Amino acid sequence: MIRYILKRLLLMVPVLLGVIIIVFSLLYVAPGDPALSILGEAATEESIHRVHEELGLKDPYLVRLGRYFGGLLQGDFGDSYKTKRPVVDEILSRYPTTLILTFGSVVFGLVVGILFGIVSAIRQYSFLDRILTMISLFGVSAPSFWVAMLLVLVFSVNLGWLPATGSDKLACWILPIITMGLQVSAFIMRMTRSSMLEVIRQDYIRTAKAKGQSEIKTVLLHALPNALVPIVTVIGLQICLLLAGAVLAETVFALPGLGKYLVDSIGYKDYPAVQGVVLWIGINAILINLAVDILYCFIDPRILNRFKGKPLFGNRRVTKLSDV
Amino acid sequence: MMSKSRGKNSVMKDVWRRLKRNKLAMISMILLIFLFLIALFASYMIPYDYASMNAAIRLQPPNGEHWFGTDNFGRDIFSRVLFGARYTLIIGLGCTTSAAIGGVVLGSIAGYYEKFDNIIMRFIDIIMGIPVFMMALSIIVALGANMRNMIIALAITNIPAFARITRAQVLGIRQQEYIEAARSIGASNFRILTRHILPNAFAPILVQFTLGTVSVILWGASLSFIGQGVQPPTPEWGLMISAARSFLREYPYMSIIPGLAIVVTTYALNILGDGLRDSLDPRLKQ
Repeated sequence: MIRYILKRLLLMVPVLLGVIIIVFSLLYVAPGDPALSILGEAATEESIHRVHEELGLKDPYLVRLGRYFGGLLQGDFGDSYKTKRPVVDEILSRYPTTLILTFGSVVFGLVVGILFGIVSAIRQYSFLDRILTMISLFGVSAPSFWVAMLLVLVFSVNLGWLPATGSDKLACWILPIITMGLQVSAFIMRMTRSSMLEVIRQDYIRTAKAKGQSEIKTVLLHALPNALVPIVTVIGLQICLLLAGAVLAETVFALPGLGKYLVDSIGYKDYPAVQGVVLWIGINAILINLAVDILYCFIDPRILNRFKGKPLFGNRRVTKLSDV
Repeated sequence: MMSKSRGKNSVMKDVWRRLKRNKLAMISMILLIFLFLIALFASYMIPYDYASMNAAIRLQPPNGEHWFGTDNFGRDIFSRVLFGARYTLIIGLGCTTSAAIGGVVLGSIAGYYEKFDNIIMRFIDIIMGIPVFMMALSIIVALGANMRNMIIALAITNIPAFARITRAQVLGIRQQEYIEAARSIGASNFRILTRHILPNAFAPILVQFTLGTVSVILWGASLSFIGQGVQPPTPEWGLMISAARSFLREYPYMSIIPGLAIVVTTYALNILGDGLRDSLDPRLKQ
């Protein structure tokens, strides 16, 4: 296990370096002069030149990349052009909003998705199964920003039950979490259904039933744990998608999270902020993938057997569980 | 040669026969063909010019003259939705086709030539390190926000999915005996890859193509929604919903209708994708 985790951690380093280089390079070539965004209408040739000097915008690519790397090693993502504050502070002040939204949606998605997925699987081809399948298909087909607007229309505008914007009260989080959780639950439900269908046909399930165990016990104690591996994969993927996709819910519900900050920063050409947010989400995604890969080993210890006896370096083909 | 082509035909016939039995998939396919025709002939079908503004008829709810109503500029929403099918199709098929070509080439090389495997797959890992939406946004920021750049961005971000599927398929198929047989009679690597491996790896790639189109359409609409995709006054559905946001309270039809257009398209594609997967590999049907 330790060997595998070590290997995955080592593999993370080049990916992280690659992500940093890509994010930096993309924004390096981005059109437009940030000096104009900073100075606004008061910009003169002299002041633009001064800003270029101050920010080192005229330095060669490698110098700027080196400076960026140096900063990152010290936890410095640069300073925002707009607020002049360190980007990392701006990110940390908005991160909790995005985290609440993401993990709230995952919990909602897990509860609804696994429950409906199990019901759908054990009542395969029933009317309920068909209805749930149709709903889950809607969940993966509808754009989340549109679902958000429909929910606002029904629950805020027409019924007046829930607030459409804000983040100060618990009620403010319900619509954004349902919006994002609906899509997650749809994916999890589809995966749970197909995974459960595979498992409930196994001999050991029949044996458990033959021994007189109740259906609920058989499903919860024997079938679900064995159906978990693909479900965990979907959850990991969904968390990454949600962290990035939170921008849509945050835009519709005016939540002060990372996504909204990113969109605002793009509009302002605040490139250190854009770089910082994309990199932050990228690092989060890499760590989540690592966590999922490690989690696999706990859920299904057989997976680790594939790596037993293999050297830490040198096996060129199989390097990650997800590649297997 | 004859037996080979007969074999291939009978496989396709089997797939088609199984697909035909799936009523929902067939309805979806007909719907998508209809949508394709709308996109193709939208210019001849629209009752009003999609861009012509008329302040006198602004914000009219759906009525006999304007079936889907008019927007805040007095533009006919029905004409805009019909025309929007063209953009959705261009974005969906354009991105997915480019991503499929790039991904299949990279995945084939990675799966077939061991020496390139690590370098290609680690590069794919780097692209996948950044979530699709963030990666697409970064590319758009670098290139500028317009439809062409959005297609480029979404195509690049979708390459990894095709590359990984193709690689996994190639890795499995290259161990088969018939590949060894082809090699023993002197077939070149290129021939083995293009004539023997890829045709057999076709099924999951086709399924990914259908389902990938769904995600591209949704991401495309989302990018347009936040102003980083198609630019006004193009009648792209995501952009139409974005423009209708300020009118949600009084004129909800302005956002509901283009949203329904997206849902109908992606729903049909999803059902067709699932149907295709089941008929290409009946063992998967559950």
